[in-house]
Amino acid sequence: MAQVPSFETVLTGFADGVLTITLNRPDVLNAVNEQMGADLREVLRFAERAPEVRCLVLTGAGRGFCSGQDLRERTGGEEVSYGESLRRRYNPIILRLATIEKPVIAAVNGVAAGAGCNLALAADLRIASDRARFIEIFSRIGLIPDSGGTFHLPRLVGLGKAFELAYTAGEVSAEEALRIGLVNRVVPHDDLLPAAMDLARGLAQGPTRGYGLTKRAFRYALAASLEAALEYEAHMQEIAGKTADHRESVAAFFEKRPPRYEGR
Amino acid sequence: MAYANLLVEREGAIAIIILNRPKVLNALNQDTMNELVGALEALDRDDEIRCVILTGSDRAFAAGADVNEMAQATPVDMLSGYRFQQWERIRKLSKPLIAAVRGYALGGGCELAMLCDMIIAGESARFGQPEINIGIMPGAGGTQRLTRAVGKARAMEIVLTGRHVSAAEADTMGLVNRVVPDEVVLDEARKLAHEIAGKPPVAVRLAKDAILKAFDTTLEGGLDYERKLFYLLFSTEDKREGIEAFLAKRPPQFMGR
Repeated sequence: MAQVPSFETVLTGFADGVLTITLNRPDVLNAVNEQMGADLREVLRFAERAPEVRCLVLTGAGRGFCSGQDLRERTGGEEVSYGESLRRRYNPIILRLATIEKPVIAAVNGVAAGAGCNLALAADLRIASDRARFIEIFSRIGLIPDSGGTFHLPRLVGLGKAFELAYTAGEVSAEEALRIGLVNRVVPHDDLLPAAMDLARGLAQGPTRGYGLTKRAFRYALAASLEAALEYEAHMQEIAGKTADHRESVAAFFEKRPPRYEGR
Repeated sequence: MAYANLLVEREGAIAIIILNRPKVLNALNQDTMNELVGALEALDRDDEIRCVILTGSDRAFAAGADVNEMAQATPVDMLSGYRFQQWERIRKLSKPLIAAVRGYALGGGCELAMLCDMIIAGESARFGQPEINIGIMPGAGGTQRLTRAVGKARAMEIVLTGRHVSAAEADTMGLVNRVVPDEVVLDEARKLAHEIAGKPPVAVRLAKDAILKAFDTTLEGGLDYERKLFYLLFSTEDKREGIEAFLAKRPPQFMGR
């Protein structure tokens, strides 16, 4: 495979088809600054293009997952367009996470606040350490949930709960997050990365193309009528039916052996 | 017939023309346009072919005119190069033409897609008239066909800013018939082409003619024109066959007469 690129604010590791992306500004709970925004966009572009990458794990170094926008960037006195900052820095990252046709797992190791919380929500699956905390912190400074928060939060927890979390900017514990459907699983802190890697390795050996088409169909259906979603399913299934992995699994079934997926 | 810049495939009553200069994103130079018009006119004369699909690569339907060719051109060059006569000849084709668009359809590529009778777009399709960014403007029908397709306000914005229009937006605007996943764009176009190819060819031809007439006549003139073509179809064997089959509850066998 092409060399996994290295970055200033993001650590990368690749093994068994899994690309691990670790936000790495631990002294500021991995707050996102200009460089990290650029690094994330770049590493996701790489992950999308490298066929060997069949699953992504997104996690944070140190105590936090990601504390969101680095507010120190906002104290320079210079007027910043928040709209432009989102369009340029955050929205491309959220869109890429949502459209990359490979499973994305957020392994939430600590506090996930603001844009950091919504970064986790843009992943396909979330595994949380029992020390994880989720905070839609925006209303504490008079802002609205950005980085896809308005889209993903109500869809994950329902509109009523989403309003509560957005208005109060309350802290959601890992246990509470599991109860309201904000995360898929909670594990003891020290088990987080092994558990996430276990899940990721399994997915990385799966029918990646089929997973990607599933993701496209789910994402499409979020904005579609039932009629349109059914038609889209028919298209996606047409494509999935022609994949090597589908043929392999049918052959494996008749030969009574486990399938070996190549992700195409 | 072999072409340097095109591939032509035949599937029963339909033909697929593939613009085949992928390295330059199917930029429409004079040679390509000459070949395209030649291929389209040959298929238009071919009695076995009833519908034609025009497509490009997965990255580009056609990314516009060949800017290199225009770099040194003077107004007189452009006027005397017979450049736009080719477009007129495509407009005069009698058989239905379906554009299957993936990736870029910009400038001349967008105009070529709009010159087709129907457009099936992939999710990756990007339409646009970016000519303004190089100091010119659309010259092969962009200002006219885009305006008729999407309305004045939207056409103004697209032409004056040169911005791209996504597949989803093109769908909302009514620029395309529908948007489907890229992987099935050609299948979708084929399905549509085969369906049309099963219809009575003379009626298809005259109906296409009447619809295109709607763009350059008054309503009254268009209605009169439609009525005359309608009467004309009562002289065809296919009309007799169609009505007999309908009344006998059997599928019709159209002969194109």
